[in-house]
Amino acid sequence: MADQLAMPHTATPAASLRTPSADIYAPQWRNAIFVAPFLFFFTTLLLFPLLWGIWLSFHKADTFSSGNFVGLGNYVRLYHDKVFLQSIWNTFYFVLLTVPTLALIGLFLALCLNRRTRTAAVLRTLFFSSSVLSVTIVTLIWRIVFIPNVGLLSTIYGWFGATAPAFISNPSLAMIGIAIATVWWCIGLPMMLFLSALQQIPRDIYEAAALDNANRWQTLRSITLPSIKRTFVLVVIIQIVLQFQLFGQAWLMTRGGPNNLTKPIVLYIYDTAFRRWDLGMGAAASEILFILILVAAMAQYLVARNKGDRV
Amino acid sequence: MTADIEIRNVSKHFGAMSVLEDLSLSIKAREFIVFLGPSGCGKSTLLRMIAGLETVDSGEIAINDQRIDHLPPGKRGIAMVFQSYALYPHMTVRDNMAFGLENIGVSRQVIDARINEAARILEMPHLLERKPGQLSGGQRQRVAIGRAIVKEPKAFLFDEPLSNLDAALRTRTRIELAQLHQRLQSTMIFVTHDQVEAMTLADRIVVMNNRKIEQIGSPMEIYDRPATKFVAGFVGAPAMNFVAATLDRSGGNAKVKFADGMAVQTEIASNLLTDGKCTFGIRSEDVRIVPAGQGDADGVVDVLERLGERTLIYARLGDGLQVVGSDAGNSCVTVGDKVGLAFDGKKSHLFNEAGRAWHAGEAWHG
Repeated sequence: MADQLAMPHTATPAASLRTPSADIYAPQWRNAIFVAPFLFFFTTLLLFPLLWGIWLSFHKADTFSSGNFVGLGNYVRLYHDKVFLQSIWNTFYFVLLTVPTLALIGLFLALCLNRRTRTAAVLRTLFFSSSVLSVTIVTLIWRIVFIPNVGLLSTIYGWFGATAPAFISNPSLAMIGIAIATVWWCIGLPMMLFLSALQQIPRDIYEAAALDNANRWQTLRSITLPSIKRTFVLVVIIQIVLQFQLFGQAWLMTRGGPNNLTKPIVLYIYDTAFRRWDLGMGAAASEILFILILVAAMAQYLVARNKGDRV
Repeated sequence: MTADIEIRNVSKHFGAMSVLEDLSLSIKAREFIVFLGPSGCGKSTLLRMIAGLETVDSGEIAINDQRIDHLPPGKRGIAMVFQSYALYPHMTVRDNMAFGLENIGVSRQVIDARINEAARILEMPHLLERKPGQLSGGQRQRVAIGRAIVKEPKAFLFDEPLSNLDAALRTRTRIELAQLHQRLQSTMIFVTHDQVEAMTLADRIVVMNNRKIEQIGSPMEIYDRPATKFVAGFVGAPAMNFVAATLDRSGGNAKVKFADGMAVQTEIASNLLTDGKCTFGIRSEDVRIVPAGQGDADGVVDVLERLGERTLIYARLGDGLQVVGSDAGNSCVTVGDKVGLAFDGKKSHLFNEAGRAWHAGEAWHG
């Protein structure tokens, strides 16, 4: 055994260069087998549909034929479609309502629940539990809350002799209603991300801050928040990407109404492609959503490029 | 600024576990005190209690006769250098140093003056605009010390600040810390488990073990006259030789007899001792290597350690016990040689079964 182990060391330098261990970094194409399953699904389920979608967006297509090449025709039609422009605005409005709220409430909850007590553990679980529900259940719960006359909100307002705001039917409140349901549904992930970031801040930095006479506010502002800056950016980007894809809540709570005021881009795509069967235009709208999300995701790299903060 | 620190009957528990028991200690102004002890002996806890990072369960701590154990860390007028440096990673070196001063409303001019002075003392003006992530371990260490200096504290606390540095840098920083102490003339408390750091830096060493103080004394007192068997074994490299022995108190000075019949005459007065089993202790430098048959015992050389200025010789006696002796740097003894070991009775120590020590010349009233 000892002789076998010693053999490679006794070889001459020239011989050792030719041994397999000398070029372990050279490509071994049979290793591609390990990534093949992933590549297969990546190509068939992601890359191919993406390219096909782009191709479709330049064609007048329905379910029976891929139709004629129309160039940017679908995009021009979208540009002149007031409902589409409304849906873009609706989506931005929704993102604006939900993302800062999710980030700030998530951070607030994480700061409150970042302690080793049983109560904090129970509350963490409780706040996260809504995230595991399906969108159907979430919207059902919030329809029960918002439904006029008999809903939870109406009942509570009724105790005080007041009328509850009509979160589903009032044009100026409908999107806010959807946003409330969405924040309640999605708050678990930002909270958990912030909690894990907070728990990675070394304790001795806080001790140093205590010795440096920092009060709670100074500690939060100068130590805690800068330490979780990257996580904050991450949470914002993840939520932008997720909330741009609003569909289920809007579809199940308001069907995009009243008067298309809660119709987001994805719902517009669904309507156009699968209810009006204008696949080319639906594909073009998808590409615009793709670009919007891509720009938002790229922002992460731009904002999070600061270096030298790590010890 | 400098300060006396008085620790009176301090105890500390973590849950059911006792960490420090009824501990008292007086530290004089301008003194460099080192808490030395093995891991888990409570030395860091004691330092953190002085800093205010741990509460005091009972007893009190006073700085310049004012009780501080109820004050928050920032109000105690002390500065601490952490083992991990605990620099604020998102702040520049300058901001790291300024943070504590800004929080108590010191004017910008004063802050800048103090930072520049500290940077000059620590030879790091070129690092002020960098962030900790852009610094080496040694540079971070300097920044941590600089952050302490600018506060002009009554006392500096160091929690194993050299343990993350490589050997060469550790030696250099040790010397710089000694120079800094001479320059600032502040009270400094330094926690370490490294006896070389303790011996080289301290005015007085506080040796701690198992929740208690074993001995307080100057480095040479600790080395020459260890109060207990633990101190004798913990301080000094290689560790002191210990041999189980019985006492012969028939003469003025005690004589010890070992299991194999070998005997050594000590210079410890017989009337200070009581009959019974004891442990004979002697440091390696007090065991000379002589030709076989000419010493107090003969042994066979197991291992040689050449340290340059001297050679440590690990010899095995007839009964299997290993004793470390010392020979010249250019010793020609080799492994397997039979050598004689001559014990210097004047430098010997005796320990009773409870671990209490007696030394040549006079009894230790520890």
